[in-house]
Amino acid sequence: MKIIVTIKEFPKEEYLLKGHATCAGCGPSIALRLLFKALGNKVILVVPACCTTVIQGPYPYTSFAVPLQNMLFEATGATCSGIVAALKVRGLEDITVVGWAGDGGTVDIGIQALSGAAERETNFIYVCYDNEAYGNTGLQRSGATPYGAWTTTTPTGKKERKKNMPLIMAAHKIPYVATACPSYPVDFVNKLRKAKEIRGTKYIHVLAPCPTGWRYDTSKTVEIGRLAVQTGMWALYEIEYGKFRLNPPSDRLIDKSKRKPVKEYLAMQERFRHLTDADIEKIQRWVDEDWEYYQKLASNECV
Amino acid sequence: MPLTPISYPTLGSVGKTGSWRTFRPVIDYSKCTKCTLCWVYCPDAAITRREDDFPEIDYDYCKGCGICANECPVKAITMQREEE
Amino acid sequence: MAQIIIDTANHIAGYAAKAARVKVVAAYPITPQTTIVEKIAEFVESGEMDAEYIRVESEHSAMAACIGAAAAGVRTFTATSAHGLALMHEALHWASGARLPIVMAVVNRAMGAPWSIWPDLSDSLSQRDTGWIQFYCADNQEVFDTIIQAYRLCEDERVFLPAMVCLEGFILSHTYMPVKIHDQEEIDAFLPPYKSGWILDVNNPFSHANLVSPEWYMEFRYMIQEAMENAKRLMPEIDKEYGRRFGFQYGGLIDKYRCEDADLIICTMGTMGCEAKVAVDNLRREGLKVGAARIRVYRPFPVEEVRKLALNARIIATIDRHTSFGMEGFLASEIKASLYHMEDRPLLAGLGGRDVTFKTIEEIAKKSLKWMKMGRVEKETVWVDLRE
Repeated sequence: MKIIVTIKEFPKEEYLLKGHATCAGCGPSIALRLLFKALGNKVILVVPACCTTVIQGPYPYTSFAVPLQNMLFEATGATCSGIVAALKVRGLEDITVVGWAGDGGTVDIGIQALSGAAERETNFIYVCYDNEAYGNTGLQRSGATPYGAWTTTTPTGKKERKKNMPLIMAAHKIPYVATACPSYPVDFVNKLRKAKEIRGTKYIHVLAPCPTGWRYDTSKTVEIGRLAVQTGMWALYEIEYGKFRLNPPSDRLIDKSKRKPVKEYLAMQERFRHLTDADIEKIQRWVDEDWEYYQKLASNECV
Repeated sequence: MPLTPISYPTLGSVGKTGSWRTFRPVIDYSKCTKCTLCWVYCPDAAITRREDDFPEIDYDYCKGCGICANECPVKAITMQREEE
Repeated sequence: MAQIIIDTANHIAGYAAKAARVKVVAAYPITPQTTIVEKIAEFVESGEMDAEYIRVESEHSAMAACIGAAAAGVRTFTATSAHGLALMHEALHWASGARLPIVMAVVNRAMGAPWSIWPDLSDSLSQRDTGWIQFYCADNQEVFDTIIQAYRLCEDERVFLPAMVCLEGFILSHTYMPVKIHDQEEIDAFLPPYKSGWILDVNNPFSHANLVSPEWYMEFRYMIQEAMENAKRLMPEIDKEYGRRFGFQYGGLIDKYRCEDADLIICTMGTMGCEAKVAVDNLRREGLKVGAARIRVYRPFPVEEVRKLALNARIIATIDRHTSFGMEGFLASEIKASLYHMEDRPLLAGLGGRDVTFKTIEEIAKKSLKWMKMGRVEKETVWVDLRE
């Protein structure tokens, strides 16, 4: 499989049609366009209740030009198992089945079905697009909401840490786990293309900044995604057949001096407006600890 | 009616979302370097990449988020307020 | 080649799924359904059954996987009981709304709290509003035949609804009876290849089940009701055809026994219907004009058939092995509702019991006949055999 080097190599076809229902500046919709740039339209999407449910628009219209099965909130993984089995029976295994779910439908209510599908080695790609809240229902907190973030159910800031879903999936020993961010489009597209070629359960967790939930100007979505990576709050990595590898630019950020201070990232978002200096220090410390762990993983000192 | 809700791919499934805009992006083609970043980053696919790689904005659907203007490396795109 | 085997209803359900050429099974174990999924696993692993078996991690996922597989174009099957059925409740709604012809065996078992593994029909009856066709079987042969008939009915383009085939836990699920497994070629002639009303197809992309406004939602729900009405009409025809081909039929929607000249008709569901027949024969020997009607298809409810029964009877006793708390036995309510608009309605008594044998039914019958002579029902609902 040819690695894509520049965005100009992306195909021009769009399978997420313009005039869809996202908020202006929606991170998930950039991720969706990139999904189709990577995989084309020989896909079947399974979409649980999440922002993407309403992105489609109302019956009898949809903004998606691929077969898309809307489905129950917690059932993405299981539904994909069913579709994959049926396609196998019908000899149509060249169709890529993609579970495309929000963070709530992945790390909270959907975790059981996803874990089951992974354990059964269902041959599909699961992409969690993470806008760090229950966006569709009005921005309540999810297990993926980071520490300190305002949401409608954590008005004084979430007191617990973000659930580390990629590492949970890696513990299932599936052949491919990756993190991504639409601010690094070539990286995300290559990861999807690589996942398509691997047999088994593939999990990609894409950070998807949300101006409505994170409270920043709609024009900053890509910039905030980039800053998430540059500060180390979000690391770009792959775990391929158990081998951990940081991807550029995250590979250079093991050196703390190269990471921008998390304050820069937090300061851009109103959802962190109430954080105290002590909170920010705590977050910085946790990020540093995470990176010590990534360093160990990268040198394969531990799994 | 189909026996269960089946919806077919439609341009503008929620209408002409360009009407949502307060600011519109305007491209200064003399500055544009055809990097195509704006095309990749537009959440709404409202920017098409022409044959010659210059971007073209579809104002029927552009929601005016400003990502293209923010990301343009040569600041060839400016956000201008829509006339009433 | 047809063959006669002696096996439990659970294993027979596995044979039926195999005979129906089911292609995807997604199931999760729960007492007393377990031996269905175990049998199917044996069939699949030995190659006897050409199907994909998804060993899901919960019943909710079982139904979700069946929905996915059915939407992607193959015949599916699953099985569950009690709490498993309850766990998949929202998925049941989804399956019927999606008009997918999934067939599921439900091994009836009582609901907790507290835990009970013994039979009671409240698990499937409390799902009666979900838009699933419901069959209640009285013996192992019927379980086999009904599963085959169910696929034929569900995949009819005038229906396209899912169905549950219910059989009582332990009474049928674990009891050995002789069953005729019909010739596969003849089954194939009766049951053509899988058909559904829509399919996920890369050559014809669409979104299924995205947001529907009130402008359209009601019409989609109406179509489900229409499909149920069609199912009600079609089921007796299918049963008759099955009888002609295979020599077994069950009276269509209601299995009627000696009802033509009966003063009292005892209405039951499931295996109590068998006991009722024994009781009827005993009572008839005593000169009492009693008949038994076993409601075989509960959804769609055979309203017209029930009214026909009521035309000549003077009293109907319904025996419910289940109750809707705060109201009354499910069957009693539905029979009453069916009779509401009739000019001349018979009396109705709804009674429920523990293990209901023909002896208990005879007692119920005699009490009912007494009330019939009195011209009124002493108690609308009687909890039979209740400990003081």
